[in-house]
Amino acid sequence: MAETNNTQEPVIDIRGLYKSFGDLHVLRGVDLKVEKGENVVVLGRSGTGKSVLIKIIVGLLSQDRGDVKVLGQEVSTLNEKELRDLRLKIGFSFQNSALYDSMTVRENLEFPLVRNVKNLTRSEIDQQVEGVLDAVGLSQTINQVPSELSGGQRKRIGIARTLILQPEIMLYDEPTAGLDPITCLEINELINEVKEKYHTTSIIITHDLTCARATGDKIAMLLDGRFLRQGTFEEVFNTDEERIKSFYDYNFIQ
Amino acid sequence: MSAKRKEHVYSKRLDSAFLAVYNGYTFFLRFFREAFKGRMEFQELVKQCYAIGYKSLLLIGLTGFITGMVFTKQSRPSLAEFGATSWLPSLVAIAIVRALAALVTALISAGKVGSSIGAELGSMRVTEQIDAMEVSAVNPFKFLVVTRVLACTITIPILMFYCTMVSLMGAFLNVTLNEGTSFIAFFENAFEQITFLDIFTSVAKAVAYGFTIGIVGCYQGYNASKGTEGVGKAANSSVVISMFLIFIEEVIIVQVSNYFRV
Repeated sequence: MAETNNTQEPVIDIRGLYKSFGDLHVLRGVDLKVEKGENVVVLGRSGTGKSVLIKIIVGLLSQDRGDVKVLGQEVSTLNEKELRDLRLKIGFSFQNSALYDSMTVRENLEFPLVRNVKNLTRSEIDQQVEGVLDAVGLSQTINQVPSELSGGQRKRIGIARTLILQPEIMLYDEPTAGLDPITCLEINELINEVKEKYHTTSIIITHDLTCARATGDKIAMLLDGRFLRQGTFEEVFNTDEERIKSFYDYNFIQ
Repeated sequence: MSAKRKEHVYSKRLDSAFLAVYNGYTFFLRFFREAFKGRMEFQELVKQCYAIGYKSLLLIGLTGFITGMVFTKQSRPSLAEFGATSWLPSLVAIAIVRALAALVTALISAGKVGSSIGAELGSMRVTEQIDAMEVSAVNPFKFLVVTRVLACTITIPILMFYCTMVSLMGAFLNVTLNEGTSFIAFFENAFEQITFLDIFTSVAKAVAYGFTIGIVGCYQGYNASKGTEGVGKAANSSVVISMFLIFIEEVIIVQVSNYFRV
């Protein structure tokens, strides 16, 4: 029988990652390992480079220095086809959902499916679209356009659109930003359901500690362009570091 | 003490102008690379042809009709001085086929279609919809740019042909009201002086203008940045740059076609 996860290569392995935009040094030596089946939450203030990190992972941005290995492949060295094949295994949920606003929900969900999976019949496409919509609990919105949906619904459809390709890795960019507390809880539940049902490995970018505590197996605190602390929620916040304490205090005391 | 870092090769404006030309050139080359690679997005191409072509019919028809009628009306006094009003259909047809129809269609389309492509793609860029296509392993360039540029290149010559016909109808209306010329006599006279070279040049111009409007609109929208301000800028520069290029192309094509004219 095969060995357990301990001997497996991490799903995402980032070492010494640097990224600058002109004189703005956003990432300054980031190291991160994400093991299979793990939900890692990246916490940090706005503008600290959290989204930049996951955009480098998916190849939307390129790093200045450092190694980013995803599923054993160094992202910066991949050619166009290899990058496309890798992206098929990665789901990316955007902060503002990035739904195609000229298309209905059905067309949004079909869009990546019909272009990446060949020879699907109409009934197979319908079945998969209805399947992911059911998984995010929004079957009734199938013929609506994005402008008719609420913020929470848009987030869910955005997640459904990534799930339709059954990714191994999910990257969530601020999944609860701009949502009311109840919808935030529903999104947190959905992230955990996705992990259970689709066996995904995830990175969740957020500054919402409720989301971090509810969804994260591991928390990584990004400050000054590198991870100041990594560990469980309690390990990260059981500290005297003033900036981490104020981050916690703002979320849970005020 | 370290020397102050030199920020620009020439000057800020000159550097960005060179960079814009270089980026435009690579975008242009990428279009041809992507157009002949992989599966064509036919459904999107048809949708764009409908949006660009069918939805411009009214505006181009109206403008073409008025252009033909007014041009005829304004030309009459000059010809009347020489007692040559019978040449009016020929004169108007030459002006419309050789210059007016293609230019009117192109300028109207640059304003209507170019700005709409620039704004649409620009808004897709700033709301991360283009990134969303990319991360879902779909080639956004092929889906968005290739289809729109091809749709412009196909539909604008058709619109130009339509504009020619409607302009001639406008001219006919004016001529028949004033001189009582019949429909058949007008069109026989009109096409007497039109040669194959005129029609070929006219179609070639419309193809070039269509391609220009499509590629400029797509380039501006695809590379938009800085939020809503960037979307407005993309729409605006799509119109300004494509009109500028259309005038340059007009001059070049006229020079080349005159070289072949006996």
